[in-house]
Amino acid sequence: MVEVRGVRKSYAGVEVLKSVDLTVNRSEVTCLIGPSGSGKSTLLRCVNHLEKHDAGELRVDGELVGYEARNGKLYELSDKRVCEKRSHIGMVFQRFNLFQHLTVLDNVTIGQTQVKNIAREKARAKARELLARVGLDAKEKHYPAQLSGGQQQRVAIARALAMEPKLMLFDEPTSALDPELVGEVLDVMKDLAKSGMTMIVVTHEMGFAREVADTVYFLDGGIIEEFGDPHKVLTAPSSERLKSFLSKVL
Amino acid sequence: MDTNGDVAVKVVPVRHVGRWFGVAGVALFVAMLIHTTLFKVASSTKTCVTTNGVKTCHGVLVWRFQWDIVGQYFTSSEVLHGLLITVELTVISMVIGIVLGMIVAVMRMSPNRVLAGVAWTYTWFFRGTPVLVQITFWAFIGALYPHISIGIPFTHIAFVHITNVNVTFTTLEAVIVGLGLNEGAYMSEIARAGLISVDEGQIEAATSLGMTRRQSLRLIVIPQAMRVIIPPTGNEVISMLKTSSLASTVAVLELFGAVSNISAQNFKIMPLLIVASIWYLIVTTVLSIGQFYLERYFARGALRSPPPTPIQRLKRDARGIASKFRTKRGVSGAGA
Ligand SMILES: Nc1ncnc2c1ncn2[C@@H]1O[C@H](COP(=O)(O)OP(=O)(O)OP(=O)(O)O)[C@@H](O)[C@H]1O
Ligand SMILES: [Mg+2]
Repeated sequence: MVEVRGVRKSYAGVEVLKSVDLTVNRSEVTCLIGPSGSGKSTLLRCVNHLEKHDAGELRVDGELVGYEARNGKLYELSDKRVCEKRSHIGMVFQRFNLFQHLTVLDNVTIGQTQVKNIAREKARAKARELLARVGLDAKEKHYPAQLSGGQQQRVAIARALAMEPKLMLFDEPTSALDPELVGEVLDVMKDLAKSGMTMIVVTHEMGFAREVADTVYFLDGGIIEEFGDPHKVLTAPSSERLKSFLSKVL
Repeated sequence: MDTNGDVAVKVVPVRHVGRWFGVAGVALFVAMLIHTTLFKVASSTKTCVTTNGVKTCHGVLVWRFQWDIVGQYFTSSEVLHGLLITVELTVISMVIGIVLGMIVAVMRMSPNRVLAGVAWTYTWFFRGTPVLVQITFWAFIGALYPHISIGIPFTHIAFVHITNVNVTFTTLEAVIVGLGLNEGAYMSEIARAGLISVDEGQIEAATSLGMTRRQSLRLIVIPQAMRVIIPPTGNEVISMLKTSSLASTVAVLELFGAVSNISAQNFKIMPLLIVASIWYLIVTTVLSIGQFYLERYFARGALRSPPPTPIQRLKRDARGIASKFRTKRGVSGAGA
């Protein structure tokens, strides 16, 4: 589903990703862990082309991200085509980023009506269904500022799901939440994983990684230090760096 | 107060003696102001009456501000016509200014250097020269360009060709163009401040849903920027209302031009200035009320609970007072 081969990315001469390889199979959950500044967000943002990678190859569902290969050359796609491709990849942010001027229902509707050109009534019906799925159907008339962090993040997940994505990216979805609210968001994500959604999750929730992930990648200093089965990676790490990282977070 | 059966403690507020002196002083000043503006005073001209050979003289009572003349001209057709032109100038130039300002602000933030540079230069030029100069320039553009053709330079290809610019381009239109272009420069900075104020995460979220740059601007960024843009824009509208009086310098008879014209004939300068000022105040008041409701509309979602409108507040206060009376009666009734 996602193939990352030798992807590099630098900001102003500083290499943040140094030849990263990563494979995500359909309906699998991949967790990305690593210390702050290791490049986890950058990698995730390259996957949906919010950032352009400098070198390497990145494919989602067999297609190159942001480029098209023709006659042995890479052509950069027009903004419109990139947007179309991006609409099949859902993203959930650490700080929720719900549209502040729209009600919960409109947040979940706007992508469907404006990007996928779905009729308003149909989009609303779908939005209500998704809000019910994340347990927030009673809040559809509220504005984001009137919700708790956990509720906002659940709406953000519903908003992304409304686009019927093939792939969901989560960038530390629970890091901005009070401890007692983390559970409700993780529960929604576990349900989603069970339903067969392909997911890449950047997280510090090792319990979640152990329980839900099919593969865990440990990123450090822009390099994948170690990856594999969560039970092995998280309980019997082979690299020293991962050992010291785990001893700090656990 | 001791409904719970608790010991009632009477709170004695601090007395602010200095404040009371202040209030007394202000009251005195207001009284003087009212006296001198609204009450008739004896004028220096005296009328004398001779009855039975005895001559008695007394001063005529008049309003210092000649309210009778104010009243006489307040709704005269020249003044009302001037008012109409003032409102027209203000509204049209503001619309031009706002649209232009938005476009220039977006250009200024464009990744394309040329667009950003053009936007910067526009703002630099039109903010850097006096409006009066700009208005006069446009009013006399016909002298500089008797004919205008818009086409490709250095060729004979023309898309639009206007002959006799003096005739087709009226002075009123010239003033509108001048005011609008000038306003666009100021509005672009206001709009830019608004656009910058929107959290970058909002754009990222819009982009990740698959929205194009244009869609995320139109659907997500601009609606949220409005909350920041509206208060200073309200200021601009009110400022424009009065700046439009500069049109009188190129013989457009808007409100100020109209009253100046009248007072040039009858020398009643003060009362006619009052006529104009009252009309300016009335329009400003109407605009401020409009601004309040616009602000409220665009603040939706930004606050957990929006503040009540003045009418809602009045209703709430009335209910509060009514219920207070009711409880008072209830308490005394129980005591009796
Ligand atoms: N736009 C940018 N310009 C310059 N440097 C950047 C930019 N974005 C990220 N970086 C740098 O790239 C590095 C990796 O950032 P990234 O956000 O991917 O880290 P992260 O692993 O997600 O960290 P965290 O856990 O704190 O979110 C950091 O050192 C950061 O300073
Ligand atoms: Mg990050």
